[in-house]
Amino acid sequence: MPNRPQPRFPEPNTEPYWEAVKDGKLNYQQCSDCNEVVFTPRMHCTNCGSGNLAVKTSKGEGEVYTYSVVRQTRHPSFVDLGAYAIAYVDLDEGFRIFTNVMGVDDPTTDISCGMRVKVDFEQQDDGGYPIPVFVPA
Amino acid sequence: MANQKRETAIAGIHEYPLRVAPGRSAMQIKIESIRAALDDAGLSLADVDAVYDTNDGEGGGGLGFPAYLGINPSVIDTTQVGGSSYEFQTAHAMRDIAAGKANVAVISYGSIAASSRRAIGTGGATGAGPANWQANMEDPYGATLISNYGLVKTRHMHDYGSKHEEFAEISVATRAHAMRNPEAVQAMTDLAFEPVAEITVDDVMESRTIADPLRLLECCMVSDGGGAAVIVSADVAKGIKKDPVWLLGSGEATKYRENGGDITVSAGAQSGPIAFGEAGISPSEIDIAMIYDSFTITVAVCLEDLGFLKKGELGDFVKDGRLRWDTALKPTLNTDGGGLSSNHPGMRGLFLILESVRQLRGESTSQVDGAQLAVAHGNGGNLGGGHTGGTVILAKD
Repeated sequence: MPNRPQPRFPEPNTEPYWEAVKDGKLNYQQCSDCNEVVFTPRMHCTNCGSGNLAVKTSKGEGEVYTYSVVRQTRHPSFVDLGAYAIAYVDLDEGFRIFTNVMGVDDPTTDISCGMRVKVDFEQQDDGGYPIPVFVPA
Repeated sequence: MANQKRETAIAGIHEYPLRVAPGRSAMQIKIESIRAALDDAGLSLADVDAVYDTNDGEGGGGLGFPAYLGINPSVIDTTQVGGSSYEFQTAHAMRDIAAGKANVAVISYGSIAASSRRAIGTGGATGAGPANWQANMEDPYGATLISNYGLVKTRHMHDYGSKHEEFAEISVATRAHAMRNPEAVQAMTDLAFEPVAEITVDDVMESRTIADPLRLLECCMVSDGGGAAVIVSADVAKGIKKDPVWLLGSGEATKYRENGGDITVSAGAQSGPIAFGEAGISPSEIDIAMIYDSFTITVAVCLEDLGFLKKGELGDFVKDGRLRWDTALKPTLNTDGGGLSSNHPGMRGLFLILESVRQLRGESTSQVDGAQLAVAHGNGGNLGGGHTGGTVILAKD
């Protein structure tokens, strides 16, 4: 998966997240007023409406909430890859990320709901933003 | 049903007969369908004072659509929420007419998704349009639309022990209905289905996996097509050609990925109770369930969320041919053949309403004896991510 579709900028909500990814950090937000965890990045707390959001760095560990293995795609970046898994991963800090589960022999048999995983930053051949994916913990 | 308000009705319908329509534009399919639906009602373009259009291509929308029609409506609504747009627009027409803002509303749909070779289910991120906060977090991962729905089926099977065979019953019943509908048979023929025949649970199980755990025969087709519906006030309904089909209630909702959220619960869990509450009926009274069948999982989750069954009871619910037109068990599902086996041009919500009307008029090719009440429930967007649910309850005159 050498050159994935990249996030595009300017996009002020997600740009700080992706700049942190360049530094090997998986960041999320937490409300300084009510402690609600906020993800994906935005400008306000979705629980209390406060604008006081602190940026935190996740340990990058969590579990697979659900997944699906793509066997057929017409997207040029993925068409030659073979079967690959998309997933929601629930991080231990309390946020859910849309991602890939990689690093297994056969994604159709080796992934399950509840499986422990950890983040891995996949470097891109063309020097684009690394992509946070998850591998078995 | 004494407290039901009967303020708005569907007076005319038309379903564009072709699923492969080379040389036609989406706009032409909409306009042909509107003219035919008005004729079905015994009304004319000059009677139309409200238009609803999803602005989905070829110069429609609030600016272009009235201009092409050559009319000056006083209500213009361009609600676009994906495949359930037509349930939302019907809900809005009910309100607009009840408020006295309009008397004759037209809702239409046209698409040439098959002829233009659109990769709806397997295309993935396009990178088109401006950057946005959601695409930037999802585009790098190569999700297809089908795999997004696959996420829901995986978790449903994990949480409730639901089985592939139970989901397959949805495909089997729907195909049986499609084989009775000549337009659906023609669609499957034109789109090179192999075979164009009834299918079994084993057929579904043995079809190839597109995105685990969804197999080919659990996925809707990509076709051309379209149609139109004419919604009128009670006064106008007195003078139309056929019996009106009354609109008793509607509900709208949206749902999206939330930290810790339950992906097996759809927007229908919010829109359904609102619609049933407004209509003053319960799901157990419904004869015909027209549920958006983009995939089998969509039908299963939406039937659950509308209150037809509890989650975890899918196996018991689908047995004994409940979903088929020719058994006494209610509700009967998708009697036109659905998106799985009749048509899916990208946003099939309108067809849910059209077939509900045919059933309540006694015009379906899989007519259910004594059908009195129908629910049309559309699901738009991605069931495993951001999506909308629109519910409309309809009643025989």
